[in-house]
Amino acid sequence: MAAINRDEVAHLAQLAHIEMSDDELDRMATELAVIVDSIKSVSEAAGDDVPATSHPIPLTNVMREDVVGHVLTVEEALSGAPDAASGRFKVPAILEES
Amino acid sequence: MSTETILSFEEAMEKYDPVLGFEVHVELNTKTKMFSSAPNVFGDTPNSNVNEVCLGLPGVLPVVNKKAVESSILIGLALNCKIAEHCTFARKQYFYPDTPKNFQTSQYEDPICYDGWLDIELEDGTVFHVEIERAHMEEDAGKLTHMGGATGRIQGADFSLVDYNRSGVPLVEIVTKPIEGAGSRAPELAKAYVAAVREIVKNLGVSDAKMERGNVRCDANVSLRPYGQEKFGTRTETKNVNSLRAVENAVKFEIQRHAAVLDSGVKIIQETRHWHEDTKSTTSGRPKSDADDYRYFPEPDLVPIVTTAEWVEELRATLPEPPAERRKRLQADWGYSDLEFRDVVNAGLMGEIEETIAAGASAAAARKWWMGEIARRAKLADVDPAALGVTPAVVVEIEKLIAAGSINDKLARKVLDGVLEGEGTPAEVVQKRGLAVVSDDGALQKAIDEALAAQPDVADKIRGGKVQAVGAIVGGVMKVTRGQADAGRVRELILKTLGVEG
Repeated sequence: MAAINRDEVAHLAQLAHIEMSDDELDRMATELAVIVDSIKSVSEAAGDDVPATSHPIPLTNVMREDVVGHVLTVEEALSGAPDAASGRFKVPAILEES
Repeated sequence: MSTETILSFEEAMEKYDPVLGFEVHVELNTKTKMFSSAPNVFGDTPNSNVNEVCLGLPGVLPVVNKKAVESSILIGLALNCKIAEHCTFARKQYFYPDTPKNFQTSQYEDPICYDGWLDIELEDGTVFHVEIERAHMEEDAGKLTHMGGATGRIQGADFSLVDYNRSGVPLVEIVTKPIEGAGSRAPELAKAYVAAVREIVKNLGVSDAKMERGNVRCDANVSLRPYGQEKFGTRTETKNVNSLRAVENAVKFEIQRHAAVLDSGVKIIQETRHWHEDTKSTTSGRPKSDADDYRYFPEPDLVPIVTTAEWVEELRATLPEPPAERRKRLQADWGYSDLEFRDVVNAGLMGEIEETIAAGASAAAARKWWMGEIARRAKLADVDPAALGVTPAVVVEIEKLIAAGSINDKLARKVLDGVLEGEGTPAEVVQKRGLAVVSDDGALQKAIDEALAAQPDVADKIRGGKVQAVGAIVGGVMKVTRGQADAGRVRELILKTLGVEG
């Protein structure tokens, strides 16, 4: 894995909607490079016989039955909303569609 | 909205070879959501079917709905897919208020179903083999309503209102491999493919499969290349084309639009397009860009799903007969010609005819009634034949009454009138309306004598050997008896009365 550069940090910041100053980008590029290096050493330690894993505990199939449980009221659901109207969350118009 | 230049479909087809691809999203009809126990119900009061998990509040823990996993496996099996022994969930990151978490929980590298296929039969019987790349599990997003500006359109909206009832509803996304070689059948194939997927999920009972409610949604990918070129052209993805007709029209329009763009020497921009039902055209959405860097990573809050052969086989054993195979079997059983059977399928009457035959009618009689008199009346009433109010049992009973000689075809139609007007079963209608065939020879003889007396010249002709003139007397008798006589028996009696050999 190549060391992470300043442009990549700027790109990630943009993707993550995080505003960063030039100074912050410089500093983060250095800090992330250290983290990337640390992860690299983990990759080196794990041989081909170690499967990729996303969880520290080897659990599988944690599932629930299809039974209706806890539901919030509309008031509860909207209680933390910065803005609401007509029983719905009110958000600024965003021109870019998903 | 700019008007796009397009080529005629014929010209586009002469010059270019279309390649298609589809992403079909199927909403599952589980009682609860994919990762939370909140109800999965359509059309309720906004934000009344949500809990902390659907709202993506901090510190919540999603838990997988077992039924949704099983429904996904069933869909995979019905699409001839392999089922992954081990698969994981992933976060797909994007910022848009339809997901309160800023990511959609989906699957990325290891979908639960992969490498499938489906044979799609077009109306004329041509079969296209469509390969399925994958079918993966994910969750639906909330519903945005754009307020202010142009009604309902995002352009010019002042703000948007969000209902998260749909947020977290289980989805299965079915992705095809590129479909080559469809040629001028591409629009038809597009429609038939989506129809087949919809039919399969409906038949499995895992989705309500109503396109008008968004239970089945299609994103259609189209690209063109010159004939003989192996490399695919640049594709566009037309989003959320939500009726079968729209799928056909959108694919056709994009082919025509691509062809005009390519003809003018310009490159196609890889972008999403929006389908507009009112103008039957697409407009540019947004170009593929950095925003499509979804930075997928394994979902840390959900552990992998492991499927055992035993579990998969248990589910496979519950698979209903595939719709296409069912059609083949029924056509063979009923002995209908291809044309007859296609008409039945297109009229949506296969189920009714199947039930009618199961209830004791012959295949010919079932078809005669459903495709004839019942379909005709349904058309007049502007309803589906199945919704007219005639049940398979009614058809069977009417047929039995005809076979027993109690009524004839003409009277049967009057019996149907009575049944539809709520007068009871066919036998009850016959009774109440006095519709039984007059089988009493004495009563018939009286009517015959009268008819012969009324037309003495005709009677003479028949005596003189012109047997075909008997029709006029039969007609007179039928008139007097108001159609309630057995015409064959009347003819016999007339000839006997006149001493003529039939």
